Amino acid sequence: MALELQQVTKVVSGKTHIKETSLTLETGHFNVLLGETGAGKTSLIKLMAGLDKLASGTLLMDGEDITELSTQKRQISLVHQFFVNYPHMTVFDNIASPLRVAGMAKSEIAGRVEEAANILKLGPMLKRKPHELSGGQQQRTALARAIAKESRAVFLDEPLANLDYKLREELRELLPELFAGRGAVVVYATSEPEEALLLGGETVLMDDGYVRQFGPTAEIYRNPVTLSAASIFSDPPINHAAVSKAGDRMTMGEVSWTLPASHQAMSDGSYQLAIRPHHVLPLKHEGATVAVTGEIGITELSGSESSAHFMFDDHSWVSLAHGVHPYTRGEDHTFYFNPDECLYFTPDGHQIS
Amino acid sequence: MKTENQKAWFFVLPVLILVAFNAIIPMMTVVNYSVQETFGDNLFFWEGLTWFEQILNSERFHNALGRQFFFTFMILIIEIPLGIAIALSMPRKGFWVPVCLILMSLPMLIPWNVVGAMWNIFALPDIGLLGYFFNHVLGINYDMTQDPTAAWITIIAMDVWHWTSLVVLLAYAGLVSIPDAYYQAAKIDGASNWSVFRFIQLPKMKNVLTIAILLRFMDSFNIYTEPFVLTGGGPGNSTTFLSIDLVKIALGQFDLGPAAAMSLIYFAITLLVSWLFYTLMNRENLNDYEEVEH
Repeated sequence: MALELQQVTKVVSGKTHIKETSLTLETGHFNVLLGETGAGKTSLIKLMAGLDKLASGTLLMDGEDITELSTQKRQISLVHQFFVNYPHMTVFDNIASPLRVAGMAKSEIAGRVEEAANILKLGPMLKRKPHELSGGQQQRTALARAIAKESRAVFLDEPLANLDYKLREELRELLPELFAGRGAVVVYATSEPEEALLLGGETVLMDDGYVRQFGPTAEIYRNPVTLSAASIFSDPPINHAAVSKAGDRMTMGEVSWTLPASHQAMSDGSYQLAIRPHHVLPLKHEGATVAVTGEIGITELSGSESSAHFMFDDHSWVSLAHGVHPYTRGEDHTFYFNPDECLYFTPDGHQIS
Repeated sequence: MKTENQKAWFFVLPVLILVAFNAIIPMMTVVNYSVQETFGDNLFFWEGLTWFEQILNSERFHNALGRQFFFTFMILIIEIPLGIAIALSMPRKGFWVPVCLILMSLPMLIPWNVVGAMWNIFALPDIGLLGYFFNHVLGINYDMTQDPTAAWITIIAMDVWHWTSLVVLLAYAGLVSIPDAYYQAAKIDGASNWSVFRFIQLPKMKNVLTIAILLRFMDSFNIYTEPFVLTGGGPGNSTTFLSIDLVKIALGQFDLGPAAAMSLIYFAITLLVSWLFYTLMNRENLNDYEEVEH
């Protein structure tokens, strides 16, 4: 199965919410919509689900034009960020409701509900009402409803955003196997780059209503086409600085280094450099030939990682390193990076061709 | 170590005094009247439960009670569904929301006796707009001062006009609190409009509707001012509700004992039915938890 968007746009009271977008989302892997809040992920999902009208363009499901098909007839599932279940129905009835609407036989409904409930460990909760469940159980009920139903496409709109850390990890591990082999096109919206990397598959990078980049997740992570694509796919935000190239040397303020052979073909001039925070480390590591010294600003310890903001040459950079590192605010500290880890863009933020 | 002192009483005392003046003392005065015969010069004679027996056995009371229940039944059966229907058809967003809300609130802002007077003039056969329209334009004989049916229809129409808004506003508050996600989920499940109403809107409105039903029950069961101004209980006794009858006994005939006994019975019925409504509607909630379907 495949869901194809052809020159799709969405306009709400004169404002274009989704700029012209063409995508082909395939089955067999997760299609991750990655972007910050307000990037248009939910808008795009609503368009694909038929909850909102397209301003222009065509939607194809396996080659069949579904642009004008009502949501009720599209055979799709949607799991929201909020826990949406029918309040007065038991978990069993909640999972069974779309099957009943579809007119499925009672025995088959029971079988399917049982199966979905078992996968999501809801077996003992089947007789309860949503308000008697924890947040995680409520969301598992919503997920069970989505997998029990035979859908051609499943949309998961930040389904883990309102869960606590532990539950999020637990469910995230469960997700890929939930939809494996079901034949539905799975679309997963998230604002966390890490989630996109964990779920793999293909990633659609979204920003300001535009699809900035689309392709296999690892590929997009490694080769962002623009500086903004690199920023979206980096948490904490990617570090950048103005650099200039002369011969085989790249200069950034007071430091300079020799470019790797792969980059030497670039013409001389000004560029934008970007480097991920976890490549800028407080200790000298292998290949880290460039050192920058800056004044430490905000520092943070999260789990076993230390992050530090530091200022040098008017740039505000972040370093993210494993282990606990002693930083003192206001003091100078030297950080190292390997110039081979740098990404280069044109001064207006585009990929170097 | 456990310390005991009597300070707590000082915190409870203000409330106790308030409740005493507000409820207990007036209530006990009525209880006092209900078991005695009173004469001028503050002469009281013990009568025990005589007045209660007399009231409970009187046909006049039975008739008024019957009319009262019929009136309340009509009010609930019309106003609750109508209120829900209007709330469902009101816009959820945009310019028309405040306009609708203000229009809806207007009838409730008018003093009760003014509502009665307005409808009285409105329904008069010769000079009232409604009365004139029925009698002289449609040619239907309509005169609430002569015909009990016409009087009943006018009173019910007046109450529907005056109080359906309350149900509308409560139901609307319940409706707007339903997140869009529920409607979307229902669409995706392929649910029809009826299913959306039955399985999302109605359950989500349940709490506010319980309040709406209780309020409309109590208000319509205790209604006095509007029918008193509109029909004065007539023609004959056809629209004499409990409260109107009570005032006739207490102030018209100055039978304080029977009036006090009737007040207490009236109060007990209101309390009992309200309690029944409330527990029945809550029991349904409880049953919901236990009900298992496969």
